[in-house]
Amino acid sequence: MSSNPARNTKVMNRFDLTSRLVAKLKHEEAVIGGIGNTNFDLWAAGHRPQNFYMLGSMGLAFPIALGVALAQPDRRVFALEGDGSLLMQLGALSTIATLKPKNLTLVVMDNGIYQITGAQPTPGAAVADIVAIAVASGLTNSSWAADEDDFERLIEASMSAAGPTLIGVRIDDKPGTGTTRRDPVQIRERFMHGIGVREPL
Amino acid sequence: MAVAEEKTSPEKSWHAIVLQTLKRNDIRLVPYVPDRVLTPLIKNLHADPFFTTFATTREEEAVGIVSGAWMGGMRSAVLMQTSGFATLANVLASLAVPYQIPLIMFVSERGTLGEFNYGQSLVCRTMRPVLDSLAMEHHTATRIDEFEFIVDRSIKQAVATQAPVALILSPLLTGGKVFDK
Repeated sequence: MSSNPARNTKVMNRFDLTSRLVAKLKHEEAVIGGIGNTNFDLWAAGHRPQNFYMLGSMGLAFPIALGVALAQPDRRVFALEGDGSLLMQLGALSTIATLKPKNLTLVVMDNGIYQITGAQPTPGAAVADIVAIAVASGLTNSSWAADEDDFERLIEASMSAAGPTLIGVRIDDKPGTGTTRRDPVQIRERFMHGIGVREPL
Repeated sequence: MAVAEEKTSPEKSWHAIVLQTLKRNDIRLVPYVPDRVLTPLIKNLHADPFFTTFATTREEEAVGIVSGAWMGGMRSAVLMQTSGFATLANVLASLAVPYQIPLIMFVSERGTLGEFNYGQSLVCRTMRPVLDSLAMEHHTATRIDEFEFIVDRSIKQAVATQAPVALILSPLLTGGKVFDK
């Protein structure tokens, strides 16, 4: 667990926060889960056809979500990414800040470890402040959620924000709940059906 | 004289053919990582309001974006150079290929036919083995008279078969980049 004073917020739980997010979705919003625990918890929070689950390509949850947001500007798109994954693709923050999609909400689940590979600390665990990096990358509407209520408030605020929103949450090191079914074509087809691009099978 | 005019006519340039063929196939989103040879294409894409085109920080980021866009119902293509392709093995094998996404890539070919940078020449030799090992469709475009056919048919095949394709733009087509320092 990080001792970085920049992350001076309550330590929460990923499955609990993901469930709180999913409970707020009423308009077939798209949700992109990163690799590993973020998408295990997304699945366990109640599978929706508008969920996309990654099986690899670490660090690309935000770029994939950006693509969905650009293709469907009238649909709200959420992306759930781990801190280690984000560190692998920090440049994506600048790209998103430049394009300013107002329908995109980015959530960074930060526990300072590569949990799924054996819980090794990330290189940034003790020193890097993800939200400060996001602000410095041009995502000015970025903040740490102080606690669960604050997280819910930030999620709701993002739904009517004038630009992209990034929310950092400190989470514990509990493993993900449930396991995503791992058929990539089924995942993609179901997602495309869920967001109105495909006819039902 | 007629041949020279045809060669320099802007409608017949390789980059005009790419732009027109993208448009004809309703490809509207074109993220890229810059390359000297691709400059006229990138400039013309920016100038045409039909396209949403922008620089990304890494090629795999661009592949993530166009994969999301495809799933959201928008067709797109990625522009890069050879060294950028070399960074893509993971995202091709874990996203584009298994999820069956019609990823369309234009790769400006460095590392061959007079390359002056040793690093580029070695990277170039890794490209086709990677494409072949993933059983990915790829074509090397060398002739302007075949180019539109290759681009148009490759886009249509990628979409119809939901499979990635790499279109390698040889210096024989583009003139490449020459040593000028």
